[in-house]
Amino acid sequence: MKRILKYSFFDMIRSRWSIFYFLFFLITASSLLYMSNDSSRALASLMNIVIILCPLIGTLFGVMYYYNSRDFIELLLAQPIKRRDIFLGEYFGLAFSIVISFIAGITIPFIFYGFGGADTLVNFLTIVVAGSILTMAFLAISFLVAMKNSNKIKGFGLAIIIWLFMAIIYDGLFLMSLFIFEDYPLETFSLAMTVINPIDLCRTLVMLQLDISALLGYTGAVFNKFFGTSQGIIISLFFALLWVAGPVWTISWQCKAKDF
Amino acid sequence: MIELKNIYKAYKKVPVLKGVSLKMEKGGVYAVLGPNGSGKTTLMKCILGMVLPDRGEVFVGGESVIKKHSYRENIGYLPQIARFPDNLKVEELFKMISDLRGQKGNSEDLIQRFGLEKYLSYKLSSLSGGTRQKVNLVICFMFDAQYILLDEPTSGLDPVAMIALRKLIEEKKQEGKIIILTTHIMDVVEKMADEIIFLMEGKIYFQGDQEKLDELTGSEGVEASIAQLLLKEEKGKNDSSQKNGFRFKLNKVAL
Repeated sequence: MKRILKYSFFDMIRSRWSIFYFLFFLITASSLLYMSNDSSRALASLMNIVIILCPLIGTLFGVMYYYNSRDFIELLLAQPIKRRDIFLGEYFGLAFSIVISFIAGITIPFIFYGFGGADTLVNFLTIVVAGSILTMAFLAISFLVAMKNSNKIKGFGLAIIIWLFMAIIYDGLFLMSLFIFEDYPLETFSLAMTVINPIDLCRTLVMLQLDISALLGYTGAVFNKFFGTSQGIIISLFFALLWVAGPVWTISWQCKAKDF
Repeated sequence: MIELKNIYKAYKKVPVLKGVSLKMEKGGVYAVLGPNGSGKTTLMKCILGMVLPDRGEVFVGGESVIKKHSYRENIGYLPQIARFPDNLKVEELFKMISDLRGQKGNSEDLIQRFGLEKYLSYKLSSLSGGTRQKVNLVICFMFDAQYILLDEPTSGLDPVAMIALRKLIEEKKQEGKIIILTTHIMDVVEKMADEIIFLMEGKIYFQGDQEKLDELTGSEGVEASIAQLLLKEEKGKNDSSQKNGFRFKLNKVAL
């Protein structure tokens, strides 16, 4: 797996996509920092961008990369290499290069500007962790979607719909169901609803850490009440990581039964 | 030795291989022939493990190979359509494949044979279809594998490369290797094949040498014999459908 990871990583890091992604975060983070002139306010704005954009870019890159490297995968399948190693090598090569672009893009401006205290540094690290987890989770989900659909348009469509659902539609449905069932006790329900959406989960994770109670919302408040801040962070982090492990495991399992 | 035992394969409920059994023991050239969609590529991919059969077993070198991978060290494969990662250069690709296989391949002689020297520093995306096919041939032959699977090796090749390829196949045959190829060019089959396997609608219709094929069909040459086989099958189908129609009419009368 290591060899394939190495090749796909260097193939990706040399490509325009990673550079574009790196530049995007570099420009966004620097402009937020220098315009607001306050690192904690810049972090709050950055959080909103990371929570929506990391999953979207992860989704797009995952599908595009899989379809682009389909021929390469077929070439590899004819070599004496385990299928699982081929697919996991490709996935991790892609994931590491994208995550490195993201981390480098947002870290460099903060290093130049200065973090302005230990609190901000921890908050910054939380955003980095949340963004990396979201990127890896959505890369894995879209990789899987592309693997299952040989038709590119269908694959792209489905992957975008999954992102749209998780990032936007889900919240609407969630709020609507809270409104409709307001007469009932909803704590357990809303906890479950948060756990099954990686974007909500990461949003809660960051908000708990940033301690922005005004932005916590219903779920965040329930999380806070239920677990307290530190336990809430650990639990949301655990479930967010499950969102990476689950799809990655499915990739390694699904690739064994696929025909090429 | 390569052996397939009762292989069945269907893609989304469309059957492609319906109980194919095949044994290739001696070294030599085995030509897999058949009309489009008869399952030739699927058969090759079953040996390679790229397609997993629904039923049946595949043995390579006496060892059952389904869902295994290390046996591919002994296989060289030339896919029908040659496509590679675009960012790589030709020489980088050769190095990469050697590295991934963990085998030190000998590509220099092959590069010379196919006249690829001047393309070594070209990016793969800038190569023409024929040149890509030559690159593909180098990858297929560079590890001196015991089993060589060639899916339409002649497509896109110029006459010079064709001659080089024929010579190469001839040499590998002399070395006692098992070469399986599919092609639509009957001239290649006539000149090179030791054994012909004729696939149609997922079944093996004929396996044997050219003389046996000529004897069976009463024609001379592979092209004419294959045409005969196809016509016979067509005729058989029409007859049976006519018979069915007749039976249907009889049933109607009886009712």
